[in-house]
Amino acid sequence: MAVVGRAALILALITSLFGIGASLYGARQGRRDWIDAGRRSVYALVAILTVAIAVLEIAFISNDFAYNTVANNSSLTTPLVYRAAAMWGSQEGSLLLWVWLLSIWSSLAVFLTRNRLREVVPYAVAVLLGFGTFFTSLLVFFATPFATTAPAPLNGVGLDPLLRNPAMIIHPPMLYSGYTFFTIPFAFAVGALITRRVDAEWIGVARRFALASWLFLGIGVLLGARWAYYEIGWGGYWGWDPVENAALMPWLISTAFLHSIMIQEKRGMLKIWNASLVLGASTLAIFGTFLVRSGVLQSIHAFGASTLGVPFVSLIALMTGGSIYLVVSRRDVLRSEHRLDSLFSREAAFMLNNIVLVGLCFVIFWGTIFPLISEAVTGTTASVGPPWFDRYTVPLALVLVLLSGIGPVIPWRRATLANARRNFALPLGLALAMLIASYTVVPISSSAPTVILFCCVAFVFGSIGQEFWRGWRVRRATSSDSPATALVSMVRRNQRRYGGYIVHLGIATLFIGVAASATFQHTHYVNLSRGQSDTVGGFTFTNERPTAAIVDDPSGTGALLTLGVYLRVSRDGRYVTTEHPTAEYYPDASGAEGPVGSLIGGDAVSELALDSTWRRDISAAINAVPLQASLQTEINYANSSVTAKALAGNPTLPYILLAIIAHNYLQHPPPAPLKLASSPLVMWLWLGALIVLFGGIVAIWPPPGAVRGRVRARYLARVAREVGRA
Amino acid sequence: MTEVLGVLLIAVLLALVVWFVGAPLRRPSAATERPSDARRALEAAKEAKYSEIRDAELDYRTGKLSDEDFRAIDRQLRAEAVEILHALDELR
Amino acid sequence: MNPARKRQVRLIVSLTLALALGGGLIYTSFSAADPALSPTQLLAKARPGVSYELTGTVVAGSVRHLGDGVLDFRLADRAGGGPSVPVSYSGAVPDPFRVGRELIVTVNKSGEGFVGQPNSMITKCPSKYVAAPNPKST
Repeated sequence: MAVVGRAALILALITSLFGIGASLYGARQGRRDWIDAGRRSVYALVAILTVAIAVLEIAFISNDFAYNTVANNSSLTTPLVYRAAAMWGSQEGSLLLWVWLLSIWSSLAVFLTRNRLREVVPYAVAVLLGFGTFFTSLLVFFATPFATTAPAPLNGVGLDPLLRNPAMIIHPPMLYSGYTFFTIPFAFAVGALITRRVDAEWIGVARRFALASWLFLGIGVLLGARWAYYEIGWGGYWGWDPVENAALMPWLISTAFLHSIMIQEKRGMLKIWNASLVLGASTLAIFGTFLVRSGVLQSIHAFGASTLGVPFVSLIALMTGGSIYLVVSRRDVLRSEHRLDSLFSREAAFMLNNIVLVGLCFVIFWGTIFPLISEAVTGTTASVGPPWFDRYTVPLALVLVLLSGIGPVIPWRRATLANARRNFALPLGLALAMLIASYTVVPISSSAPTVILFCCVAFVFGSIGQEFWRGWRVRRATSSDSPATALVSMVRRNQRRYGGYIVHLGIATLFIGVAASATFQHTHYVNLSRGQSDTVGGFTFTNERPTAAIVDDPSGTGALLTLGVYLRVSRDGRYVTTEHPTAEYYPDASGAEGPVGSLIGGDAVSELALDSTWRRDISAAINAVPLQASLQTEINYANSSVTAKALAGNPTLPYILLAIIAHNYLQHPPPAPLKLASSPLVMWLWLGALIVLFGGIVAIWPPPGAVRGRVRARYLARVAREVGRA
Repeated sequence: MTEVLGVLLIAVLLALVVWFVGAPLRRPSAATERPSDARRALEAAKEAKYSEIRDAELDYRTGKLSDEDFRAIDRQLRAEAVEILHALDELR
Repeated sequence: MNPARKRQVRLIVSLTLALALGGGLIYTSFSAADPALSPTQLLAKARPGVSYELTGTVVAGSVRHLGDGVLDFRLADRAGGGPSVPVSYSGAVPDPFRVGRELIVTVNKSGEGFVGQPNSMITKCPSKYVAAPNPKST
């Protein structure tokens, strides 16, 4: 069946190439039939790639180790759900997932524009299939997932235990959906520029696709942060690691685009800027995809050096060069219709927002590729760490949060003192109240940036709240809706606006969590013997007793031995909770650690014990490697007891000896090497993320057709009256 | 046996793809057709203009536009909407 | 000042500001960065009192867990062979730490050996993207 997979990939490549040719030919000759054939190629691509991915998934689920990919990433003891997810744990599998998702989203885009932008769509289809061609070529020529070995090995290496986490199931597909979705605004921007159709119709389409990519990528990034929070080796939800930065950069640029496109819609300004942002965001998305899998930068996430560097760099160069050429050669259609009237206007606020976002992106970009630059300039690879990133991103982030409160209420064209008083009085008042609170009731005054942030957040809540209040009052005055219905109908009639406001609230909430937890967290690394205690951030952790489970696999990830410790947590003498961090040990297929040692000689995984409330997170984790090391003497002794003769007589002897070691651990536990931490307000981060997500969905949801019809009719009547008068 | 099945599957897939993608090319209807985008572009512009008129009114009512600014903008937007409607009429 | 001139001035001011800030950023990054060295480079260049990011592979047989949570091991170049650097490290050890794994640790020269800064060790996810020989069947 591997031959089916391989043939499917070749067929996909041929179909993509055909689609490009058909679309371009149809566009040049004005032939609908060839254009339609091009569009159908996109749909066909979905079917073909689904066949290919199905073949691979079936191989994984059925443990067909003849496939090299399956043998390298899965094993007989890997649980079913992680076997399925292991498919995208490898370079070639993840590429296949990437191009499959690309074909799905491309089909969606082609379907949604089947009756619109008739001049632009063929070129957009050609660009999308161009990406398809690129990735299927990689799969066919460089990194095939369907290579097999005969005779098939009896077992695989297994999925890296660090990846045996529910997040592995959803984070890569979500993140790849985000990355692949960015190709759509790119394709339509290229198509629009080629055909010089950069008008209202294109703006509407581009905006919606950009919003969808923004939303998907944002979810991917947040899922990654949540996963990183649980994984001990990552040390928190954000570490300025290259792969984290790689996903954040296109997201920042598309946030800038979503704002500045409003200026283009209202005032016909910033057309070159907007086109550049769209093209830039997508190029950064491809750049991010390249960074993560090229091994060019040191990262915890590094997938190792690969042969894909050159093709990716060529693609990025082509995208960058092509974009610059298109924007420069089409600058006549991208001329601004108006100019900026005043620095105190919504246009100016949005422009400042754009500058800050692009500035943030630049800082992050520079810091991420700095190792390459320093190598080129000084000959030594040097890298900048989180303190450097924080130093420059924190002030920019503060400005951004403040702007998110100013933008919604500042008038267009020019703000006067009178309406400034009207619009900013309440938000400023709340900010002032928060300032006073920071020095009285809220214990954050030791950190000036945190105080500033909290005041900015109060400002944002004030201005957004004011907007909702005023809009609601207008709705109540102009309709007979009940209070609750008025709120809903107000939002439904202006989903873009109020969805955006909700996103701002979400970002502000998120930053509360970030600021508090980053500034005021306490972490201790201690060894606690049974009965010993340690106090972290006011919470006292006491080692009550050890736990051991063998073969039982409480977390369902295939671990053979799970050691843990019960920690009693109290505060000021009052009981808070009991935490149970564990260390899981997996088998090592190579047998290098001896008959007993190999049972637990594979990678260790430490499972975080977390207690979350709205006020704080307290967590405990076992340092798995030193804990295993403390058992080494017994393991060595057990290894020497397993002679060939003994093993022949009793094949389960190693397991029995391991059970004895586990039992000894329970009777005489060594001091537990622990990482104990308490962080305030972490939950607000996740809450803010959910609010952002909700706001994005509100903004992108298709408005109710009935409303559109009614509104359209009413305005048609009024405008018709004008025509009559004219 | 699975090899034969595999080859059969590939053949079926290939046939389906060729049939599906080539369907438009087998249509006997007129091949050349300049897409009538002008109407679509105007319709989109009209929708966008209506949205802007509504937005401006909401901005005015929530205090983001002064009286005279709103009147000026409203008048201008409606005039632009009228132009678009004229253009649409001419197309018909 | 007429509007056109005002806009010109604004543009020039903002561009100058952007260039100045960008330049400042770029300049400070060179002094704020930790040089990342391989074991060979470290042995050649290391001076006491300076922190280095040492990147290398854990040498087989060199790992010793001493009392008090101190971990002794040696790191060699990724390519294999060549000299190895002894590191004495205390603090959190990331889960993927094993013989043959690549890791990054911040070290300071101390006498003939190197002391790792506490909790500065990062191990890399084991690379599955390099062509690996098929595992022997058990």
